[in-house]
Amino acid sequence: MATAAIELKNITKTFGSVVANRDVCLSVERGEILSILGENGSGKTTLMNMLAGIYFPDHGQIFIGGKEVVIRSPKDAFDHKIGMIHQHFKLVDVFSATENIILGLKGKGKFKIKQAAKKVAEISHKYGFDIDPMKKIHEMSVSEKQTVEIIKVLYRGADILILDEPTAVLTPQETEKLFAILRRMRDDGKAIIIITHKLHEVLSLSDRVSVLRKGEYIGTVNTKETNESQLTEMMVGKKVTLNIARGEPKNCEDRLVVESISCHNREGIKLLDNVSFTAKSGEILGIAGIAGSGQRELLEAIAGLQHLDGGSIIYNNPKTHTQDNLRDKTPLQIRDLGVRLSFVPEDRLGMGLVGNMDIVDNMMLRSYRKGKSVFLQRKAPKDLAERIISELEVVTPNAETPVRQLSGGNVQKVLVGREIASAPTVLMAAYPVRGLDINSSYTIYNLLNQQKERGVAVIFVGEDLDVLLELCDRILVIGSGHITGVVDARCATKEEIGLLMTKSKEEK
Amino acid sequence: MQKAKNSKISVHIVKRSPQPWYIGLGVRAAAVILALIVAGIIITLLTDKNPLAIYASMLDGAFGMDIRVWSLLQDVAILLCISLAVTPAFKMRFWNCGAEGQVLIGGLATVTVMMFLGDKLPLPLLIVVMTVASILAGIIWAVIPAVFKAQWNTNETLFTLMMNYVAIQLISYFLKTFVKTGSGVLTPMEQYGLPVLFGHQYLLNIIIVAVLTVMVYIYLKSTKQGYEIAVVGESENTANYIGINVKKVVIRTLIVSGALCGIAGLLLVGGTNHTINTETAGGRGFTAIMVSWLAKFNPIFMVFTSFLIVFLQKGSQQVSTDFRLPQAISDIVTGIILFFIIGCEFFLNYKIVISKNGKENA
Repeated sequence: MATAAIELKNITKTFGSVVANRDVCLSVERGEILSILGENGSGKTTLMNMLAGIYFPDHGQIFIGGKEVVIRSPKDAFDHKIGMIHQHFKLVDVFSATENIILGLKGKGKFKIKQAAKKVAEISHKYGFDIDPMKKIHEMSVSEKQTVEIIKVLYRGADILILDEPTAVLTPQETEKLFAILRRMRDDGKAIIIITHKLHEVLSLSDRVSVLRKGEYIGTVNTKETNESQLTEMMVGKKVTLNIARGEPKNCEDRLVVESISCHNREGIKLLDNVSFTAKSGEILGIAGIAGSGQRELLEAIAGLQHLDGGSIIYNNPKTHTQDNLRDKTPLQIRDLGVRLSFVPEDRLGMGLVGNMDIVDNMMLRSYRKGKSVFLQRKAPKDLAERIISELEVVTPNAETPVRQLSGGNVQKVLVGREIASAPTVLMAAYPVRGLDINSSYTIYNLLNQQKERGVAVIFVGEDLDVLLELCDRILVIGSGHITGVVDARCATKEEIGLLMTKSKEEK
Repeated sequence: MQKAKNSKISVHIVKRSPQPWYIGLGVRAAAVILALIVAGIIITLLTDKNPLAIYASMLDGAFGMDIRVWSLLQDVAILLCISLAVTPAFKMRFWNCGAEGQVLIGGLATVTVMMFLGDKLPLPLLIVVMTVASILAGIIWAVIPAVFKAQWNTNETLFTLMMNYVAIQLISYFLKTFVKTGSGVLTPMEQYGLPVLFGHQYLLNIIIVAVLTVMVYIYLKSTKQGYEIAVVGESENTANYIGINVKKVVIRTLIVSGALCGIAGLLLVGGTNHTINTETAGGRGFTAIMVSWLAKFNPIFMVFTSFLIVFLQKGSQQVSTDFRLPQAISDIVTGIILFFIIGCEFFLNYKIVISKNGKENA
């Protein structure tokens, strides 16, 4: 194996009692794309961070070109020509692409920015990047920013590239473009490691796949000799059948009528621009869009957390048959109107739950005001906590465990469980399966489907278009704060939605 | 998180898994003992005194006589009262560094009532007026920064700190204007003080603070308002999300905080000193911050942490007197002990791993 560009032997890393990686071995050759596949929390990113010099392994050896090395810092990693493109970009917003690329490089004398820009252009041309070296980062789209990150490591001469979930923020079209570039780099003799949990990407891009499960190395297979179900089995540890039972919408009534709402942020940039739609009872309405296109503001506006410049949000109360405008009401006023609105926010531990409180106290968040007593009643929330733990199979030592100590999937079950327990008529969920393993994800999909059958108007903001198409009845596509289209999820295609996602950007 | 000392050996700081409570207790006890040993060695090196004699003198200073025990308990009570006052604000992540000023202004209100109404009202009524005045004054001093924080998001640390100086200047002005002798020293007005129970001057203070400790504990742990404080402190986003009016909670909590500081001022002036000067609070408003943090905001634990700190202060004062050492020596001892106690928290949460990478290619 002396020819391997990079080889890991028996790498182990622990955080306290949590084993993030145990005895992981893998190798990548030059001119090869290796996928590292695993569910969230299986230790993929930790493993790669050890190559990038961010963490240091407790045990094990790293070989580069057959020679053992010790990587203690990101600088060491660069010296060994390892470049990592992180999931969250590390760029200076007010600098141009070139300035970001040469940032931190040592050199004597004056900055030779023009020369650097020329080299950036050369690299772009060689691999087919499409970038303006002088464009400022804050004017760039997510995919352009990613391009800058990739060029940054190439500029520094990296020939081992690590990409951490690069497609999570891209549209299907942008993903294809990225893959073409990665293939060109591979043909140029670079070793490429790509972290992902999307199976079809693995199959279309990589030469070999290494699978991690709960920090353990499961095995490596050649992409040509494998298929989706084998990989899933390796990833999850058992055979799983993945399908969502979508029923036909029943008894649809207009539950929530949103009429031309707009809002802006502190800098005066419009986050929602004239958005109108209707959410119906007994139906799952999907919302698709590139991350940060206004999905969060839209849900927060309905929940009473976002000040609106104009428009109205009319709620048709199924019990009293009255119509209430929820615009610019506080969450408390909305509840006092008798609107049973549940909201599973994107930021679970920062908004939906309190990380340092135990499960019981988190159950109380919605209900603690009940009754006139100045004292808290912990009995009912405790019963609810116990019920959710047993019904949703939450893995926790007991109901008094701080939710911060639970895994992502269990945190989400606690949150979704609490929001459903209040018997809502409108249920909004933002990225409810982000970071969840396959089994937990399907538990959540089933819960959403049950709510739909109960006649709840479900609004689901998702990122995986395959899931949106399988789960939802209608899909609303949002691009830069505009509604760019509404499609029927039963007959739309991924490409169609992908085009709608980028539509408003092209119009500008 | 890792540092490389040289190419052969590397030192890492690694997070520890949570320890059972008895390990925590043991480590903390070991820290205190270790601190005493280190402090003893340093004292011996610096002064040629026998460290055991110094510890004996410390104990003597704290518990040696009845009057010392009472004085110790009184100081614990006042410090504890102020610590209780800052705790609801701290739990809400509102860094109230203005307890000093809030206590002083509460004391000033008390002394003003004693001075101008003392001979006009019967004693029971006077005490009621003193209590109300001190609580109101404390509330006003705490609520001003709270309102600014809630409305305009001003920095509460700076604001409360500056309010301290205003309170101190007000007291200087009061003494200069109203002390007829012009000496700036107000003669104690013991005749208008809080009642003395069972012949012990400090007993009432101690009982009041004991009751307050239990009340604050219950308030934070079992009431809806206490729950709201915890939610706002942990995450303002979550508080908004479930419809808590954050501004209201901030102001309400600082009313509680300020009222308790006002009571501390009442106890200091009405129950102990019967007069006031700019040193009446004596930095306790800041020491209370440490008491509260060391106890992790738990009022019951605060009984112990405030006791520890007062014990160290009293003991080291005695050491300075007995051995004719400068006050600085007692500060050194106190510092060493606190250093060890706070430092051991690090070792409870992290461990240091030293690994050898002999095959390094350097």
